[in-house]
Amino acid sequence: MIPELGQFALVLAVCLSLCQAALPLAGSFTGRNDLMQLARPAAAGQFVFVGLAFAVLAYLFLTDDFSVEFVFLNSNSDLPSAYKFTAVWGGHEGSLLLWSLMLAGWTLAVAFASRSQPLEFSSRVLGVLGIVSSGILLFTLLTSNPFQRLLPYFPEGRDLNPLLQDPGMVVHPPMLYLGYVGMSVPFAFAVAALLAGRLDRNWARWTRPWTIGAWLFLTCGIALGSWWAYYEVGWGGWWFWDPVENASFLPWLMATALVHSLAVTERRGIFKSWTVLLAISAFTLSLLGTFLVRSGVIQSVHSFANDPARGLFILGLLLLISGGAFVLYALRAASLESEGGFHPVSRESFLLANNVLLVVATALILLGTLYPLFVDALNLPEVSIGEPYFNFVFLLPMLPLGVLLGFGMHAAWQKMSGRKLLRQLFWPLAVSIALALVLPFIFFGTNSFMTVVGLATGIWVGFSSFLMPLGRLFNAEAVRLSRAQWGMCIAHFGVGVFIIAATVTSGYSVEQDVAAREGQQWQLAGYELDFRELRRIEGQNFTADEAEIEVRRDGRYVATLRPQRRDYPVREVVMTESAIDANPFRDVLIALSDSVGDGAWAVHARYKPLIRFVWIGCVIMALGGLLAATDSRYRRPKELRAGVKPTEGAKPAVGVPAEEGGR
Amino acid sequence: MKSRHQRMIFIGGVAVAMLAAAALAYKAFSSNLLYYYSPTQVRAGEVPADRRFRLGGLVVEGSFERVTGTLTSRFRVTDLESEVEVEYHKVYPDLFQEGQGMVAHGTLADDGRFIADTILAKHDENYMAPELAESLAEAEARAAE
Repeated sequence: MIPELGQFALVLAVCLSLCQAALPLAGSFTGRNDLMQLARPAAAGQFVFVGLAFAVLAYLFLTDDFSVEFVFLNSNSDLPSAYKFTAVWGGHEGSLLLWSLMLAGWTLAVAFASRSQPLEFSSRVLGVLGIVSSGILLFTLLTSNPFQRLLPYFPEGRDLNPLLQDPGMVVHPPMLYLGYVGMSVPFAFAVAALLAGRLDRNWARWTRPWTIGAWLFLTCGIALGSWWAYYEVGWGGWWFWDPVENASFLPWLMATALVHSLAVTERRGIFKSWTVLLAISAFTLSLLGTFLVRSGVIQSVHSFANDPARGLFILGLLLLISGGAFVLYALRAASLESEGGFHPVSRESFLLANNVLLVVATALILLGTLYPLFVDALNLPEVSIGEPYFNFVFLLPMLPLGVLLGFGMHAAWQKMSGRKLLRQLFWPLAVSIALALVLPFIFFGTNSFMTVVGLATGIWVGFSSFLMPLGRLFNAEAVRLSRAQWGMCIAHFGVGVFIIAATVTSGYSVEQDVAAREGQQWQLAGYELDFRELRRIEGQNFTADEAEIEVRRDGRYVATLRPQRRDYPVREVVMTESAIDANPFRDVLIALSDSVGDGAWAVHARYKPLIRFVWIGCVIMALGGLLAATDSRYRRPKELRAGVKPTEGAKPAVGVPAEEGGR
Repeated sequence: MKSRHQRMIFIGGVAVAMLAAAALAYKAFSSNLLYYYSPTQVRAGEVPADRRFRLGGLVVEGSFERVTGTLTSRFRVTDLESEVEVEYHKVYPDLFQEGQGMVAHGTLADDGRFIADTILAKHDENYMAPELAESLAEAEARAAE
């Protein structure tokens, strides 16, 4: 009875989403207020019923209702309760429901926040979100119903994939989905602007906080995924250019470009059609990612099922939603007029370079991700593309971007003397390069071309991010920084931290695969590893071999690591649980693999300097995003309208028009 | 006049940089293509020399052996028609098992052995790499003829 309740809620949610898709849009074109006003109640109702469906599914998991196929496939009565709950999104059907729930949540938030906007505009935004939502909900209901009963049913479930039985799994998918799905909001804003054939700076001001919000969740979600992969399956790696990772990274790159182009559109009323194109592309890449991951065309822990009907449905949805938006763009983009121009040396130029470089990176990574699929579809010899390609084509545009970033942050809007900019930043640049040359020798004793380039870029980005706040510290007359500017400085500082960490951990990690026996001692990057003993232990739903390995440095005790090799009998799977001694500056990671005979065990040992800062850098970026998204000018539109002056931009530029334009 | 001159130099510089970048990206692309070959294709000598490629198939039951107490191990991989011996010096992924599918990256040695540097195993019991499923189906079809 309970599963049917969930099913019923899902059906009601579909009906409401269809109303939300059709009626407000129809109203906005016929000028009927009653139809337009339906958008908000429909959005609220949809959220309630999707939430109810989700709650029902969670209840079914917690009460071990194995008569439901999805629960049977992904849970087991021995599973700890916390994992029973996270198992809701441990499979295809439930994760789609989570996707829908996130979308309903964003829609509800937009519905509430858009009350101060013109009804015609907000009803179009909500209408477009309704179209997306009905597509996803219909997909769930028609091809991947999580409430499908199983007849006859079994008393015991098949257990959750052990890879997913991990605390990282509790937060990674919801966070990533929040970001992924959040990209639908700027998309809806962009389509609404195209429908109206009009886009002013208010539009950019409304769109910006949503975009930054989605971007910051996406940043956190990707960082969490990388962290999870690192300790759960990573063998010490933190990014593999796996198609599934790319599926989340491509929308991130586009969203990053969008955040920056929106800054120009809001400030100067230019780059309008470009911004709209980026907004459409970012969400298209989110949908494409969903297609890649969910259709089974690529294989990984994320692709749960290989049902061609599902792939076809998502592809159809992608064509309908994105294709429709691109056609609309082709028809209407010409009507979005620029409100001014700019000189070659100006903030606008640097942001344009940022956009071009990010789009180039996106395109090259997309090529590497999709090429094997195309080749496969054309029945040519099967091929895959190695990691070095991705590393190369990512760094190729990103290093110049890092260098330009430091300058761009200090360039004025509209026009600036290039000489002045160079003079202002000469010393920070010189110091960064000098540090990059010297520091690796001090800490690691060696240096290489790529580490110098990477470190110089990272230090330069981090350093230049704090010139503005520092300038304020030493010069009381300097312009006070707004919260958004602080956000920008902090986010860019995070970029610098990330670049430094990624460079050091790629350049100076030490990796060993050894056959070790009890009592054996060996060296790893200045650490002494001592294999003390091996024993057998029993867990709640697994048995394991556990090694005890003591880590010492210069004879002093550092840590005892206990990596495990677990055997999950229900799924007949063996899992390696690595053990990590972490501190901010380095990780020592040890994984235990199989017995290789003669009393020896295959042991995987890794020394990873600064690896923590890869993720800390991402968190700092997200924090910067949080500050920028909550800037007062997004929160108090009324005061703004009354003429409170926002203070964005490094220096007040010459001849900047008043902040409020258009309506 | 001067500013126009400068602009031309700037645009020219950007164009040259873009072309150079495109050339480098193309080179990175073509040198990192990893083609997939089945054991039958390897045996038939279809693999170009000195090139890394991917080899896929089922691990032959009972073929796995290890140089005792070391990480060096060998096994045979089959597409149910031909077999190729694989040598590997690292730690295996958790899901690697005899009788199951796997895909290895590496190069062919002169004596016909495949020296793997990476081994990927299936992720769960329902999964088989698409190209592996295909080459197995082809071999079965040929056997039926």
